Amino acid sequence: MFAQCADPASLEGLAWLMCYLTSGKHMLFYASFGTVLLLLAITAPIALLFGFGGALASRSRIAPLRWFGKLYTSMVRGVPDIIFFLFVPIALDQGLEWLRHQVLCDTDAPVRQGNDFVVCAAAKLPLSSSPPWVHDVYGFTLAVVAFSVVFGAFAANVLHGAMQAVPRAQLETAEAFGMSPRQVSRRVLIPQMWTYAVPGLSNLWMILIKATPLLFLLGVEDIVYWARELGGTKTSAFTYPHPDWRLYYFLAILVFYLLMTWVSERILGRLTRRLSAGQATMGGEALRKGPA
Amino acid sequence: MKKLILTAAVLAFGMGMASAQTIRLGTEGAYPPYNFINDSGEVDGFERELGDEMCRRAELDCAWVTTDWDSIIPNLVSGNYDTIMAGMSITPEREQVIAFTQNYLPPVPSAYIGLSEEVELEGGIVAAQTGTIHAGHVAQTGATLLEYATPDETIAAVRNGEADAALADKDFLAPFVAESGGELVWVGEDVVLGEGIGVGLRQSDTELRETLDGVITAMKEDGSLNAMIRKWFGEEAQTYE
Repeated sequence: MFAQCADPASLEGLAWLMCYLTSGKHMLFYASFGTVLLLLAITAPIALLFGFGGALASRSRIAPLRWFGKLYTSMVRGVPDIIFFLFVPIALDQGLEWLRHQVLCDTDAPVRQGNDFVVCAAAKLPLSSSPPWVHDVYGFTLAVVAFSVVFGAFAANVLHGAMQAVPRAQLETAEAFGMSPRQVSRRVLIPQMWTYAVPGLSNLWMILIKATPLLFLLGVEDIVYWARELGGTKTSAFTYPHPDWRLYYFLAILVFYLLMTWVSERILGRLTRRLSAGQATMGGEALRKGPA
Repeated sequence: MKKLILTAAVLAFGMGMASAQTIRLGTEGAYPPYNFINDSGEVDGFERELGDEMCRRAELDCAWVTTDWDSIIPNLVSGNYDTIMAGMSITPEREQVIAFTQNYLPPVPSAYIGLSEEVELEGGIVAAQTGTIHAGHVAQTGATLLEYATPDETIAAVRNGEADAALADKDFLAPFVAESGGELVWVGEDVVLGEGIGVGLRQSDTELRETLDGVITAMKEDGSLNAMIRKWFGEEAQTYE
């Protein structure tokens, strides 16, 4: 990074630390914070969408759709997250490669040969010859899918409950105005349910933030991976030898997560206030009366 | 530069390049000097240099991949990469699941470290990395085995007193002992485990195995492998005749 960092062995104190903290490996560590934030930014809307679909499906009047919605929420909610995180990416990866194998390969060789899962070179996903970033993006995408499916199921349950909580009288009024069931859903039910959904959804958001270290399980090099890697004892085989510093690295991660949840809590608190305005709930009533 | 060469190659061989396969080399990246991630964030070490040289001689396109030690064999058999070069000793148990080339490192001694030389090895608590020949050996000696996911954590366990001793390859432990300022010492006798370290491959990948076997034989004969071993493990390291 800096010119004086060319020979770290000659440095001491603050200068050494500056060079150490700007080494290539640390840059990867800092970038992994971006990976975590990106995961949150992509997963949250997709999971909400899954949840919305799941909630609407489990309220549907079409029986198979309703069964599907119920099955999705109860199955995913009933399986431990970690098992799901281990299962989904592997199953998805091998399933896709198997499909590509059937289409793209002209061999009769079975996919399973003894212990090995073998597909022809053209069916590999991503191709062996693709650059490393393609492999990274692919792994990251599988992680997003796994997170979205799991958190979507929980969101579906929250949204389903919120839809049930909208006072029947409001829907009846809409019907009395001559709105069709579809219009009632779109104009009254969905806008009104958010005030009931936000507490549950904000819980889910907090859990999602705290679940991001599971990325490490999926082989994505996230902040936990780098903290462990950087913190371990480094002998003189490395440019910057140091004793076991894992404590400090994990402390930094701890602060990061506390900050994330603290900021989220404040934003969600504001959102709850805004959505409560004009509602026939305790929160709405308190807002109407103003500060006592 | 690399791109330039690649473009030139594509122009020279027409579309022949499109079918050229990239071999992905899997490693752990946490076992210096065998393999580690250096301060610029790249895979480095004896196996990096050896792997690159083998690929150069066999005219293969190679890329390095790091993975957890725990899942290094499952990821190989499910095809995430094509070889394992991670200080993995050849053992009959592993040969039931994956194939190995001939060894590129002769069977090297493993050693115990502890905070004092009087540590009880037979009845004490000994730390080792999970899924290694060392963990297997400790389990057989009658000592209580403490398993850790990374080799680094086994040394940390000795330092903070959770374990009485740790067992690992001597070449890995040597710099830790030398640089601990007398805190860590060798305990007991060295033990020789396994049949040397080889390249791990899928059992169905016979073609790649033959290629790499041939390269290793050639490197043993012309002395370049011995030179590499001396460079990374010191002048006294065990080499091939």
